[in-house]
Amino acid sequence: MKNKDVIIIGGGVIGCAIAYYLSKQHVKVLVLEKEEIGAGGSSRNGGGVRQSARDPRELPLAMHAIRNIWPGLSDELGVDVEYCQKGNLRLAKTEEHIKILERAINQGCSAGLDLKLIDQKEVRDICPYVSEDVIAASFCPTDGHGNPMLTTLAYYKRARELGAEFITGESVISVLLQKGNVSGIQTDLNTYSSDQVVLAAGFDSRTIANTVGIDIPMQKILVEALVTDQQPRMFPQMIGTAAADFYGHQTKHGSFVFGGMTGLEPFASEETEPVTRSITASSICRAILGYFPAISQANIVRTWSGFLDVAADKVPVLGRVEEVPGLTLACAFSGHGYGISPTIGEAIAALVVDEKSGVSLDAFHYDRFKPKA
Amino acid sequence: MTQRMKRTRSQHDFVPLADDSLIICRCEEITQGEIRKAVYDGMSTMNEVKRYLRAGMGLCQGQTCSHLVQNIIAGELGVPPGEVETHLSRSPVRPIQMIELAQDGGEK
Ligand SMILES: Cc1cc2nc3c(=O)[nH]c(=O)nc-3n(C[C@H](O)[C@H](O)[C@H](O)COP(=O)(O)OP(=O)(O)OC[C@H]3O[C@@H](n4cnc5c(N)ncnc54)[C@H](O)[C@@H]3O)c2cc1C
Repeated sequence: MKNKDVIIIGGGVIGCAIAYYLSKQHVKVLVLEKEEIGAGGSSRNGGGVRQSARDPRELPLAMHAIRNIWPGLSDELGVDVEYCQKGNLRLAKTEEHIKILERAINQGCSAGLDLKLIDQKEVRDICPYVSEDVIAASFCPTDGHGNPMLTTLAYYKRARELGAEFITGESVISVLLQKGNVSGIQTDLNTYSSDQVVLAAGFDSRTIANTVGIDIPMQKILVEALVTDQQPRMFPQMIGTAAADFYGHQTKHGSFVFGGMTGLEPFASEETEPVTRSITASSICRAILGYFPAISQANIVRTWSGFLDVAADKVPVLGRVEEVPGLTLACAFSGHGYGISPTIGEAIAALVVDEKSGVSLDAFHYDRFKPKA
Repeated sequence: MTQRMKRTRSQHDFVPLADDSLIICRCEEITQGEIRKAVYDGMSTMNEVKRYLRAGMGLCQGQTCSHLVQNIIAGELGVPPGEVETHLSRSPVRPIQMIELAQDGGEK
């Protein structure tokens, strides 16, 4: 039995960020990771640091990270996380698409976000490489992208330097209780004691929370991504589409990272490993070339996939579990946990230390899911 | 099976070696010294070193350097090379142009 102030389950970007912000406040942290650091979605994602088209509940979390943390993060952690804030273009080819954009623009603007509809000429002024088929776009100048692999490892490296302990290759099985309060965790190899446990294990958080009677309605969805070889520098914006058929950006290295949807993703969710399927890379390439014919000669060097932990209402589950004192949740990121990871790390650390999270997490309470009637 | 590892920091400063400027990953021009320093900074698996430095992330996807990287990591961690799992290989085996890949399947 080993005593720690706080045990964090899961060494993804969320677990590592929480470990960093806690270590900064001299809290003794132990992170337990089943595989290796960043084995899950955190090393597989598209790197979008985006506010446009976010759910109004989640928008304040994204805005806080972008205003206050992302711009200084590389300096703070001592690793270049390749944060680039040159805006997000969400492209439209039809009147239907424009309607989709307008809905998101109205929502964003009423929350105080700088987000507007721009016409074909304005789109081409910002990004001359888009096809003539693009008739409009939404543009959010404060959006951007970063390198998710480096962000995860940078939080890990800095937390470790500040004294956080990390154990990988050890799988948490259950949360332990004593008289109704959290007393530690049980892994496949050991027992660890602590009266504070933070659960940040992606989709697997569900089975672990189940061991203390808490259920979070979420689904596991397989999504795929790919990367090209190094290309001449073309455009720095984060790109998405109203049709949601692909998204992506050019990295600092020069390669393009793209993700996309075939529409059949929910029906591949029984996969236990993140596999790629034969139809997807081709589908993503077709979608991309429909907007960016100029990169048709780029080579795809690698394809991969990852799982999303999608909540029933598609926003995260965050904060204290009142029924299980000592348990804090940070999961169900629903496909957009990277961009908000700095806010989550800071807020969950503050919640564990001071009982106050800074930004409000009220909208993300685990008990918000109610039956229809 | 993932090997259990405790990521405790070394009590000593990083010690550079005379041949640290050797290029190990030719595609991305990553040196032995950079890999050794990454391990010192906590990167303890092939995937972590790759994601941190881009060693094995270039055109050949590690087909040339992966055993060299594996040996360096093992040496720094003080374990037999076989204990350091090789990084994951993924499709495609050789780079494919987007325009070519786009022709497979779909409506047309
Ligand atoms: C293809 C793709 C594209 C995406 N694009 C974006 C994007 O552009 N922008 C954005 O903001 N987000 C994006 N996301 C979502 C983003 O990657 C995730 O929301 C984010 O990484 C969540 O981090 P996490 O730490 O919660 O999860 P993870 O990275 O999955 O970490 C959870 C960790 O817990 C570990 N674990 C699981 N079970 C146990 C156990 N029993 N014991 C110990 N450890 C355990 C896992 O091994 C894993 O390492 C994308 C995701 C994917 C897959």
